[in-house]
Amino acid sequence: MMLSVLKRLLRSAVIVLIVTFATFSLMFGNGPGIARAILGYQATEGDVQRKVVQLGLDRPLLVQYGDWLGNAVTGNLGESFFTGQTVTSALATRVPVTLTLVVLTMILTIIISVLLGVAAAVYGGWLDRALQFVAVLGAAAPSFIIAIGLVFAFAIAVRIFPATGYVSPDISLGGWLLSVTLPVISLLVGSVANAASQFRGAVLDVLSRDFVRTLRARGIPGSHIIFRHVLRNAGGPGLTVLSLQTLGLVGGAIFVELVFALPGIGQLANLSTQNGDVPMAMGPVVVTIIIVLVVNFIGDFANTMLNPKARTR
Amino acid sequence: MSAETPNPAATEAPVPVAGRSVMKRLVTNPMGAICLAYLLFVIFLGLSSPFLAPFQPNQADLNAVNAGPFEPGHLLGADSAGRDILSQLMWGTSQTLLGSVLVLTISVAAGVTGGLLAGFYRGKFETAADWVNDVIMSLPSIVLLIALYALTGPNVMVAMAVFGLLVAPTYYRLVRAVVVGVRTELYVDAAKVVGLSDQRIIGRHVLWAVRAPVVIQSSFILAAGIGIQAGVEFLGLGDPKQASWGGTLQNANNNIYNNRFGVLWPALLVTLTILALVLLGNVLRDVLQSSARNKTLRKDRRRELARKAQQERTAATSDLPAQDVVLSIRGLRVGYPDGPDSVREVVHGVDLDVRRGEIHGLVGESGSGKSQMAFSTLGILPKEAVILGGSIYQGGEDILADDKSMKKARGHRIGYIPQEPMSNLDPSFTIGAQLVYGLRAVKTISAKEAKKQLTTLLAKVGIRDPEGIMRLYPHEISGGMAQRVLICGAVAADPDLIVADEPTTALDVTVQAEVLELLRQLSKERGLAMILVTHNLGVVADLCDTVSVMKSGRIVEHNDVESLFEDPQQDYTKELLESTRRVELLEV
Repeated sequence: MMLSVLKRLLRSAVIVLIVTFATFSLMFGNGPGIARAILGYQATEGDVQRKVVQLGLDRPLLVQYGDWLGNAVTGNLGESFFTGQTVTSALATRVPVTLTLVVLTMILTIIISVLLGVAAAVYGGWLDRALQFVAVLGAAAPSFIIAIGLVFAFAIAVRIFPATGYVSPDISLGGWLLSVTLPVISLLVGSVANAASQFRGAVLDVLSRDFVRTLRARGIPGSHIIFRHVLRNAGGPGLTVLSLQTLGLVGGAIFVELVFALPGIGQLANLSTQNGDVPMAMGPVVVTIIIVLVVNFIGDFANTMLNPKARTR
Repeated sequence: MSAETPNPAATEAPVPVAGRSVMKRLVTNPMGAICLAYLLFVIFLGLSSPFLAPFQPNQADLNAVNAGPFEPGHLLGADSAGRDILSQLMWGTSQTLLGSVLVLTISVAAGVTGGLLAGFYRGKFETAADWVNDVIMSLPSIVLLIALYALTGPNVMVAMAVFGLLVAPTYYRLVRAVVVGVRTELYVDAAKVVGLSDQRIIGRHVLWAVRAPVVIQSSFILAAGIGIQAGVEFLGLGDPKQASWGGTLQNANNNIYNNRFGVLWPALLVTLTILALVLLGNVLRDVLQSSARNKTLRKDRRRELARKAQQERTAATSDLPAQDVVLSIRGLRVGYPDGPDSVREVVHGVDLDVRRGEIHGLVGESGSGKSQMAFSTLGILPKEAVILGGSIYQGGEDILADDKSMKKARGHRIGYIPQEPMSNLDPSFTIGAQLVYGLRAVKTISAKEAKKQLTTLLAKVGIRDPEGIMRLYPHEISGGMAQRVLICGAVAADPDLIVADEPTTALDVTVQAEVLELLRQLSKERGLAMILVTHNLGVVADLCDTVSVMKSGRIVEHNDVESLFEDPQQDYTKELLESTRRVELLEV
């Protein structure tokens, strides 16, 4: 088991390198473009050239990446081209916002999709058909459209929730809950639609296995079979699906932050990139990939815990 | 599965459909027709924008700033700069069409080619390609597309091309799986023998086999692509001078307090288009991949059949079984749905009595209905099965008439030994946990007491280290041991009757004899009656007291074992005995 953990860590490290290098090359690949974005369109060609040299953007990409990586492992992600603020301090205020969205959505997704998935698989009939239809709808509508729809409905037409902005939980717990409710729902729709139908599949799969019939024949009540045996066995595949969804969830958070004007890392990435503040834009990339890898790691670990075959190996 | 449930998929091969008839079935499906019509309308909207759009994309009409919908000249209103929303969306549609074509072309070209090559040549190429795909799939695509902006500036088409590469793994996996499947099938081997070149084989056979899944997947990929394109534009990464769906949505969203209906049109357009593509994908899947006939029974029809069976039961209660009979089946009829209204009967009115301590063999070829009978007795028929009539008496109660007595009987008075030992233990629990839990579900005893009883019983069924075994998981024990554990589970609650469904088929020959001996011993010691479902007449001769021969859902002959073997009455029984002897001779 130690070996498989090590293997996974190594794999994760490789993925971090690939993702950061790919995004770094894209972000820093166009030195004059960055300088132009910083200086504005009136700047002369000479000014742009000087800026490129001043920022060190004329060096080979691999050297720049090496520098960045060397600093990154010591916890220094550089500083903004504009304000001089360190990237880590900018992240410190923004990561909690995005994490709030992602973690709340994941927890709710687990609860709701397990309930829906089990109910649809076990009862079948209209409930099953309804879930499948809603799953198609939910998976089809992008999160930002749902977000706009929610703003339209609940923040403008019926003013129950604040339309935009974020309230930190240490200022007002109620305000915090209100400010994240609509964003979380926007992310939840697609996430539940996907996870619930996958979970339904996993439950149906377990229900069709021989041992379930044998347990029924032993006289074990149906509800016990579902909640003890079926759920336990469907848990593994279900968790895998959930952890794979994190990637989409973090992506969706970027849009939702924009619609609700939440100061999270998605907003930071988007604004910094458009302004040419590329060191700042790299910060969210690093955080994103770390969130995804950590969730996948937890998912794998939980999976191993649930599956005795993997555990005893 | 060991049950001989009629499987509709197996009997009806997937319908091979030619291009024209797919189109026909697509159009005659109401959902498919609506989606196609809508998508054609969107395409028309995009292609016609240079001719039919009322305004140029960036033409501002200062008198119409924030105009609401249905104002003269501006059907859908205008934005904060006075630009006509309808025109913006029409011009934007051509951008969306372009982006969609780009995503589809690139992802199909990259994914299908990679999948074909990897699936066909396997080896190192496949390993490398798999790795690349794994990496691509772990990339956060929207983050990459944002980063791309720093390199290329506002250029949505480049972003869509990159997105095409990012979703290519979907096709890769799909195609590789199909190719690997097809490759191992006989006809590719046959083609190789005939001397066709690799290219010809890929072109002719493999492409033919992958076309349906690729077409279906394309519908979903297009939906994803349109969502991403609108998203990228919505983030402000598009060219602000170029009209687009997402850009229109962004402007309207920023202006939502001044003109709240502005967001409605682009949001509807994006959502409906994505929805149409996803629904079309589902319809395509139905049309291309599954058999057209619906084999689920309507609910009210199912209830009606159950009611009829119940009426029949209350009408005929005269023939009550004798005292020492532990199980008595009368006129049992079982069916499976054949369509929303019709049911095909697979067991046609079967009678059977089993006495205390009697071992009864139920023989017949697969599909004869013997497993259906066994499962009815235990109340574990598959969900779709319908009991059409008849009664099963256990301890004087008709367990089919009343759910409660069925629940009371299952596990208490009747135990089940399945065919395949390994798949019938829950892999997630230790042997001890599932045995104790099972016993305590039917008997009110403490966990400690249950464990004690089970340890004794495990030793009795021939397990040497019962306490050690109880701590192990199913995958850690052998098939023979698993079968002993299952036998232990079946007899733990001290039932009167055991139904054993081919209990030795999956075991090694040496273990088979031991398990049969164990069953005989248990029957003798505990006065256990047993129904042994098998196709093996040797097992019957060895173990059973009486035997029923089943054919096509009927018991054709019933007798004690000696008489049946010495003097079979029915032609079918003779045939069966004859063929068994032939096999034995061959084996000798």
